[in-house]
Amino acid sequence: MFSPVQRNSAGIAVLLAVVCILPFIVRPYQLDFLIFMFINIILVVSYRLIAITGEFSLSHAVIMGVGGYASALLTIHLPISGWISMPLGGVAAALIAYLLSFPLFRMKGFYFLIGSFAAAEAIRLCWVQFINPFGGYRGLRQIPVLEIDLGDFLYIDLGAPVPYYFFALIVGLIFLIIMYRIEHSRFGFVFHAVHHKDMLAQSVGVNARRYRTIAFVTGGFFAGIAGAMVTHYITAINPGLFGLKQMLFILVWVLVGGLGSFAGPILGVVVLSIIDESIRGLDELRPAFYGLVLIVTMLFLPDGLVSLPDKLKQGVNWLRNREASDVPKRE
Amino acid sequence: MTELELVLQTIINSLIASSFTAIFAVGLVLIFGIMQTVNFAHGSIYMVGAFATWYLYSEVGMPFVVAVILATLLCAALGLFMERLLFRPMQGNLFGGLIVSVGMMFILEVLSVWLFGQGLMKNMVPVFKESWHVFGIESVTVANSRLLVFAVATFILVAFWLFMSRTRLGWAMRACAQNPEAAALQGISIGKISMLAMVISAAMAGAGGAVMAPLVRITPQMGHPVLITAFIVMIVGGMGSIEGALIAAFAYSFFHTFVTTYVGGEIATILGLVLMLMFLIVKPTGLMGERESV
Repeated sequence: MFSPVQRNSAGIAVLLAVVCILPFIVRPYQLDFLIFMFINIILVVSYRLIAITGEFSLSHAVIMGVGGYASALLTIHLPISGWISMPLGGVAAALIAYLLSFPLFRMKGFYFLIGSFAAAEAIRLCWVQFINPFGGYRGLRQIPVLEIDLGDFLYIDLGAPVPYYFFALIVGLIFLIIMYRIEHSRFGFVFHAVHHKDMLAQSVGVNARRYRTIAFVTGGFFAGIAGAMVTHYITAINPGLFGLKQMLFILVWVLVGGLGSFAGPILGVVVLSIIDESIRGLDELRPAFYGLVLIVTMLFLPDGLVSLPDKLKQGVNWLRNREASDVPKRE
Repeated sequence: MTELELVLQTIINSLIASSFTAIFAVGLVLIFGIMQTVNFAHGSIYMVGAFATWYLYSEVGMPFVVAVILATLLCAALGLFMERLLFRPMQGNLFGGLIVSVGMMFILEVLSVWLFGQGLMKNMVPVFKESWHVFGIESVTVANSRLLVFAVATFILVAFWLFMSRTRLGWAMRACAQNPEAAALQGISIGKISMLAMVISAAMAGAGGAVMAPLVRITPQMGHPVLITAFIVMIVGGMGSIEGALIAAFAYSFFHTFVTTYVGGEIATILGLVLMLMFLIVKPTGLMGERESV
């Protein structure tokens, strides 16, 4: 009845309406959960931007932390507002990603994976070690929150959950659109090309390493801003927030959702976060639940949750065909 | 303690550290060589070994030797279970094995918290109270439980080397690592070899955990720093190369122990990671790695 475009835009409109009403009907602590979900969505989609070039990085959580630390330090020590320091945090993260890309993109496959993990761990240990700017294990505290201050005309304190919810929503949507456009631009096609046909792409004159670096730096920039968004909301950060566990969670979200499509990682975050939230009482069992979901998904749905409808359809078709083929046998 | 004695003490500490790092990293490398996957749960197997030893020795009251052997067997069984249930279905999927091992790591950590509770410091009563004065020098001492680590690790490494170089099964394993298809054509069952490799690797990690149990704080996350060290060793040595891992384990442990003694622990790890990255800029395939995997 409706064309796919109409159906999609209707779906998006309904989704937007729901998302806009949501903060006024849920409980306050659930609002926190939603805000972190939006930030995590930015994180996983930026991770996908890197992963579509064919290399899995284990440094994304720390790159995010670089953005957070940079933005926090700028607002604490310099008289500038969070609005300026946040993009600067993204730039700092992109810069660190650029520096890391020199040693890292000499490697491939598992070397890259473990190398990126080691490089990230080195940065994280620097935060632990150098107490003077970074605050050691206890991290940074009393980071200024964002505020919109137009004198008497308008004042919004973005430290409160509801305004921050809309802020995260808007920023998240803008970033999603930008990253979607990047993936569907000429650049994005080259990203896919250096993944699937590395040699062929190089033989027609594509500098694969350069494109991987571009993807890594762009992804790092968005992750850095996501980190800054976390920082200015919870107003206290420590190195433990950006450790191996956070990185593995990103990996779980992306892979459970499905790396193959743009919607996959988003679906992964949403589904797993909601399930996670609903077993809040069993706090210490949560990682085991993640582990179990990860294993089951990898074993039975290697393409992630987005492939579930296709799988179901296949299953139904298979059943139907079997029934159809059963009929003549009985006669 | 004079300067010379401090150096001597540090050298001995490095030797003990490197023997432990070597058995841990060799197990990891063995799995990578045969199954082409990185086992993130290797650190958790080490943790299970330590927990089992602590439980059997301190809580149940078994003799220490029996506890160590039982812990090692438990870890070997765990390895077998992981190979059959997790790595086998993931064969040929480059990152699949790694991802399921991450899941296994989460599960094992939560399981240990669930079984034994979190927050309690689980320090084992030392089994051997005495320590040995090296060459009769008063101030240079090694606790006997650390000597045990060295002895067990060396014994395992020598046994492993003999197994790999002298037995037909060891040859088959090396053949699988070099060229699985050709090995399969010679009638070697890759599935059986993978199983055996996983059992050996898990037993190594478990035995390491068992003998380290009296020396470290036993926590569910105790495997993480060890795993990071093993990754550095694995990369610097060249992935899948056991000789490379051995050399890198010694080099890294000496470096790390000396910097820890003279400067500090965190700095040592940071410098180690930076050196590793710099080494990889010069030689991206590691010490003994052959060609780049595409």
